[in-house]
Amino acid sequence: MDDLYQEIILDHYRRPKNRAPQLDGEDVHVHHSNPLCGDELDLRLRVRDGRIDGLVFDGEGCSISQASASAMTDAGLDRDLDDALALAEDFRQLMHGTPATRPDDLRDGVVFEGVARFPVRVKCALLGWMAVRDAIETYLAGASDHAVTYDD
Amino acid sequence: MTFDVATIRKQYPTLQQEVDGRRLVYLDSAASSQTPEAVLDAMDVYYRRLRANVERGVYRLSEEATGRYEAARARLARFVGAPSPDGVVFTRNVTEAINLVAYSWVRRRLGPGDAVLTTAMEHHANFVPWWHAAQDTGVELRIVPVREDFHLDVEAMEALLADGKVRFLALGHVSNVLGTINPLRELIALARAANPEVVVLVDGAQAVPHLPVDVAALDVDFYGITGHKMLGPTGIGALIAKPERLEQMPPFLTGGSMILDVSAEQVVWNHPPHRFEAGTPMIAEAFGLHAACDVLDELGMHEVRAHERGLVATFVDALVAADGVTVYGPTDPDQRSGAISFAVDGVHPHDLGAMLDSYGVCIRVGHHCAKPLMRWLGVNATARASLYVYNDVDDLAPLLEGIEAARRFFAR
Repeated sequence: MDDLYQEIILDHYRRPKNRAPQLDGEDVHVHHSNPLCGDELDLRLRVRDGRIDGLVFDGEGCSISQASASAMTDAGLDRDLDDALALAEDFRQLMHGTPATRPDDLRDGVVFEGVARFPVRVKCALLGWMAVRDAIETYLAGASDHAVTYDD
Repeated sequence: MTFDVATIRKQYPTLQQEVDGRRLVYLDSAASSQTPEAVLDAMDVYYRRLRANVERGVYRLSEEATGRYEAARARLARFVGAPSPDGVVFTRNVTEAINLVAYSWVRRRLGPGDAVLTTAMEHHANFVPWWHAAQDTGVELRIVPVREDFHLDVEAMEALLADGKVRFLALGHVSNVLGTINPLRELIALARAANPEVVVLVDGAQAVPHLPVDVAALDVDFYGITGHKMLGPTGIGALIAKPERLEQMPPFLTGGSMILDVSAEQVVWNHPPHRFEAGTPMIAEAFGLHAACDVLDELGMHEVRAHERGLVATFVDALVAADGVTVYGPTDPDQRSGAISFAVDGVHPHDLGAMLDSYGVCIRVGHHCAKPLMRWLGVNATARASLYVYNDVDDLAPLLEGIEAARRFFAR
């Protein structure tokens, strides 16, 4: 249990950062869901000068999915879009057992490293990061809305 | 015979394991049951002594294997009170049994202006095939809602039947999420009162392992069974049908074994049940299912039910009394089987499952392949503990301990 549920993860779950149902001046809203475990995530993105200016999430799901989304918003805010995409890829690699190349930039995201040893929970930890990647790509494609369902 | 769980458990090799120094507590039999030695031995007989294809060899090995395969059919017929072994079609599981009926009956005979009636309580196996058929054929899909007391809404069902357009009723015997035992006779009588010609299919996946079932007495047209929830192996189930229904039906899957004659000009279908068993069947699994019927009959299905009834009362009472726990399903043990869905305040089912795993307790978490019901409950997922012959009151303490640990651990 302690490998999976580090104290920092529980902190994000109990007191999430950037959790909100709305975002003023929102450019993109994406909804990601994982029907298998019933995780639901809404992510809202505001972009100014090619930079993530606002990033909030809302949703319902297990502690890993919600805590990881919280840590992601913390790490993603104020980054250039390209940089945030690269960081999301670094986190994805981390979930597949590859050591993070930018542990400092991932901030609390690095503590999810242990989740890689619990294959059924990896998708929970990835939910927020895949949502921010999708939100940025949706923005770059000129759209404002996108929904993704992971059918595992 | 008293129900001696300690002795019963010795017959299950998997239950002898420890997890992190704790006794393995298996509370997920509604997903799949454990396998007793007798079933393992029966499958061994096939692979170690009678390994040959069935229904086609002229040598003794094949003849004996064929005899045992057909004996399994007769055994299952006897176990569930099927009208005749000819009305027992071996399938992979209930899902395949229901699809067989969807493709060879409903899609062939029903269309625009007709309705199929199912319920909001069904497993996807008894919902999606009808939804899909409705999309493809224009038949209307109607859905009986669930009442606040976790039973089907009989009045709403009457209204859905009133115009006489319902020609097919697809109904679960026992809910895999709520544990509700549906009053089949009453519900079927309602449907037949509205339309005497209505054809009835019952999903028996959660009933046959736990209750005495007499398919002939229920007078249903089709009844689906799966082996792996009734102490049998995975990969085998059955469609129990009135033989005259099967006679009227074209095959579902085609190929070897299911024909009498084949030429470029014509193909003559075999008689039921072989018409519906294309290709080499699950032979070892049939041997195993035969043994599973023997094990259950030796315990006695009335005794199995009595044991589970007592146990589910204890578990439900304890969960209802536990802090922060909500039980979804009837609390009266006479109205429910041993599948108990619940929620724990502030703990997502996935996290609860992980915590319980660390206590050596196996439960199911998720939507239980019953999303229409999850929507009605207003949740994405539930936790579900389910009981069987090898469970006893000593399995309750580890469950409650894990739930309380999860509440403390995840408290916000």
